[in-house]
Amino acid sequence: MNYFILDHLSFIVDPLSLFFLAVIFVVSIPAFIYSPGYLKGHVSGGKTVLLHALTAVFIASMAAVVTSADVIAFLIAWEIMSLVSFFLVVFDHEQSASVSAGVMYIIMTHIGTAFLIAAFTIMYVHGHSFKFGELTAACASMPQNLRDLVFVFLFIGFGTKAGVVPLHIWLPYAHPQAPSHISSIMSGVMIKTAVYGMIRFIVFMLGPASSWWAVVILVFASVSCLAGIIYALMEHDIKKLLAYSSVENMGIILLGLGASMLFYSMGMSAMAVFALSAALYHIINHAVFKGLLFMGAGAVYNAAGTRNMEKMGGLVKNMPVTAVLFLCGAMAISALPPFNGFVSEWLMLQSFFGGAYQIQAGGYKLFLGLCAAVLALTGGLAAACFVKAFGIVFLAKPRSRQAEQAREAHYSMLIAMGILAALALFLGAGASVVIKYIIPIAGYSFGADTAGITSGMAGWSLNLSAGRPGFASPALIGLMLIALSAVVSAVYFFAGKTGKRSYRTWDCGYYNLTSRNEYTATAFSKPFRVAFGFFLFPYRRTQKIREAFYHLTSFKYETLTTPVFKKYFYDPLLRVFLGTAGAMRRIQPGSIHLYIGYIFFTVILLILFMRAF
Amino acid sequence: MTIFIFILQFILVVLAAPLVSGFIAKVKNNIRMRRGSPVLQPYYNIIKLFRKDETISESSSWIFRVAPVIVLSSALTALSLVPAFIKDSPAVYAGDFLAILFILSAGRFFLSLAGLDTGSSFGGMGSSREMFISSLAEPCVCLAVFSVALLSGSTNVEALGISSLPKISVLFACFSLFTVILAETSRIPVDNQETHLELTMIHEAMVLEYSGKSLAILETAAHVKQLVWLGILAHIIFPSAAGVSAGAGAVITAVLVYLLKIAGLALVIALIEISMAKMRLFRVMDYFGFSIVLGVLAVIGALMGI
Repeated sequence: MNYFILDHLSFIVDPLSLFFLAVIFVVSIPAFIYSPGYLKGHVSGGKTVLLHALTAVFIASMAAVVTSADVIAFLIAWEIMSLVSFFLVVFDHEQSASVSAGVMYIIMTHIGTAFLIAAFTIMYVHGHSFKFGELTAACASMPQNLRDLVFVFLFIGFGTKAGVVPLHIWLPYAHPQAPSHISSIMSGVMIKTAVYGMIRFIVFMLGPASSWWAVVILVFASVSCLAGIIYALMEHDIKKLLAYSSVENMGIILLGLGASMLFYSMGMSAMAVFALSAALYHIINHAVFKGLLFMGAGAVYNAAGTRNMEKMGGLVKNMPVTAVLFLCGAMAISALPPFNGFVSEWLMLQSFFGGAYQIQAGGYKLFLGLCAAVLALTGGLAAACFVKAFGIVFLAKPRSRQAEQAREAHYSMLIAMGILAALALFLGAGASVVIKYIIPIAGYSFGADTAGITSGMAGWSLNLSAGRPGFASPALIGLMLIALSAVVSAVYFFAGKTGKRSYRTWDCGYYNLTSRNEYTATAFSKPFRVAFGFFLFPYRRTQKIREAFYHLTSFKYETLTTPVFKKYFYDPLLRVFLGTAGAMRRIQPGSIHLYIGYIFFTVILLILFMRAF
Repeated sequence: MTIFIFILQFILVVLAAPLVSGFIAKVKNNIRMRRGSPVLQPYYNIIKLFRKDETISESSSWIFRVAPVIVLSSALTALSLVPAFIKDSPAVYAGDFLAILFILSAGRFFLSLAGLDTGSSFGGMGSSREMFISSLAEPCVCLAVFSVALLSGSTNVEALGISSLPKISVLFACFSLFTVILAETSRIPVDNQETHLELTMIHEAMVLEYSGKSLAILETAAHVKQLVWLGILAHIIFPSAAGVSAGAGAVITAVLVYLLKIAGLALVIALIEISMAKMRLFRVMDYFGFSIVLGVLAVIGALMGI
């Protein structure tokens, strides 16, 4: 007897899987440490057990996704991952937002899976096998038009999971609704499995032969970067802001992937390896700092009882440790040296520069330059976004009573965040060591020999050995910053007068300032809202509340932005679907007699059909 | 031994940094037919502030106290990576041009946080505008340097200085970079250092709550940052650094050329400042749009090899 399923449950651990396993566990283990403190007092005992069980299955399914060596096993693991994460999103099912986010998530993720199944079917029909090894061999002889089709299906399928704009629509709703440590796993790790899929199936199996694939990926990645970070800037729900920033970071990762595919198709395998290493480096970096930031957001949510940044403020005084750790995450994601975000953004920009220098076609040079400019703009906006996130949440005066009475987070949460913050620093300062482990993995994906590349690199400084290289040594920069800070502090403390006094913030001579006078998150993002108005379509909603016509009691003022993709892409699509469903309902009015009639006519038709053929 | 020469160079350049601001102010005043403050006024200001007591806002946190130190140390770190008058610095292994951008953004990050920290809406406004302008400036810098790097093949700051003969693409790139420098050093037409009118200031709004030694440190940081940008631009337009072993005569010539280059750029800034008005904040988008177009032209020029 042939056990179909068991036959196909084969797993393998190669360097690429190993890397992604590392990414999974780097976030999952701190998430488990974090959870007891986070759930304390919120969730009952039975539900806690359920949550832990679901989390364990979730992590195991992600591990299975990145280690499976067979398409069937991959799809099963993929589906378990999607379903379990759906249950985690709707875990707080008392909130209607959770349920609607969960529904949107499960619909989108299944649209993605449908495209994946279509792609795998084409591959199976061509290669007559589900085994990765045999499929890879079979794909080499696949006709070009079929390869293109498979690529498009795979890109849509994995792009949905990765949150590529415009398929990102579910991500900013689903990720924030889960409990915070689950959000950190979803944003930090789960969406990375989509990148794993792209590397495994597009780079590894199909082989990025056509350069237009790379161009498609680069264009979508650029749009994701900018749209993600602009939406993040507009957001004042702290967890939603982080979720949108995940869309941006997936864009950055895909920029690296696209660039590496472009270089590979142009025969520049060394540059391809560099660009892919930059992408892989950013994958682990984003996992670490986004995990950290989501956990920080969870701590803040627990303390302030809200996710609305406009109701926070001043938390640095009551939650000093959380503030420092969140600041580490914010600095890392804003690519400030010596933290890890700096390393991957530098590598990414450097591989764009180096690749453009080496590539022959002039058009591609300009294109890569524009992609680099997009990356630079994204970096600038991300820094602004996280100045806003940290500044509004933690600094100045508390904007609500609950923020005023906030208490420091549970020690288990602090330990978990501390681990990730230390990792962010290590991955930054120790970059010249870490990169030597990442480059061979990138080389493995392209089947390129990297021994020459890694041995030629400087021991304590990052560089791409192309032409006259530029160097960056986060460790050295860090040391210089520390040394110069020490000198400046010494001058500050020992020179001149030391008199100090504490006084009110200058209030233009009026009464004492209150937190109502502070700059808000909405105000902070105002210039960006105006500058990107062509994309955000901001509008105002004002409401006058009157007692009588001449007596205005209060005035409500709201600034909103138009969700372009939802309004102009998904809503019309949804209307078509609902309209069709409404039309279909006419043949299903609920009358049992009509249904018996349907069955009767079907039987007659079938009999006629059998007779005729 | 050589490392001490570079440390000496670094110290000299840092000491000279406030002079540039003093020079610009003097030129501006003289053109306006005023005598103006002495060229050394920035030094006097720093010394004066060091003799004053400090007032710290009650609602601020440790971020407010730490920020000046980080702002200055990041500006100093960036300055140490910029070639001045001696070349083949070992600092190129610490960071290239892109690293300088990220280092400067570390200082900006903390300064903006400090602006938000006091709870004053001026500070918040300054932070918001500073982050807005600097984020729009990033792609301009990136494109400008990209075009130069296409010619030099490297982002190494010393290698960026390639234009022994002026190329059109390098000129475009430098023009684009110059527009960014005006913005980054809070100059007209983007910001105005002279005004303390609350609604127009950007950099001054962020540091409004600072006083005494902290303010002195922040002012020094602004001078240093200005010299970082001018030094890079001067190096790209006309690389003139001498080798360590070139002998005393060559080094002295290089120092003089360096001073002339910086003075020339400072003169251009002064002329622009007195002949233009400050833009409205939202005109900044058009300003950087222009700058991006220049950057794209520079890249296209670099592709054509002109």
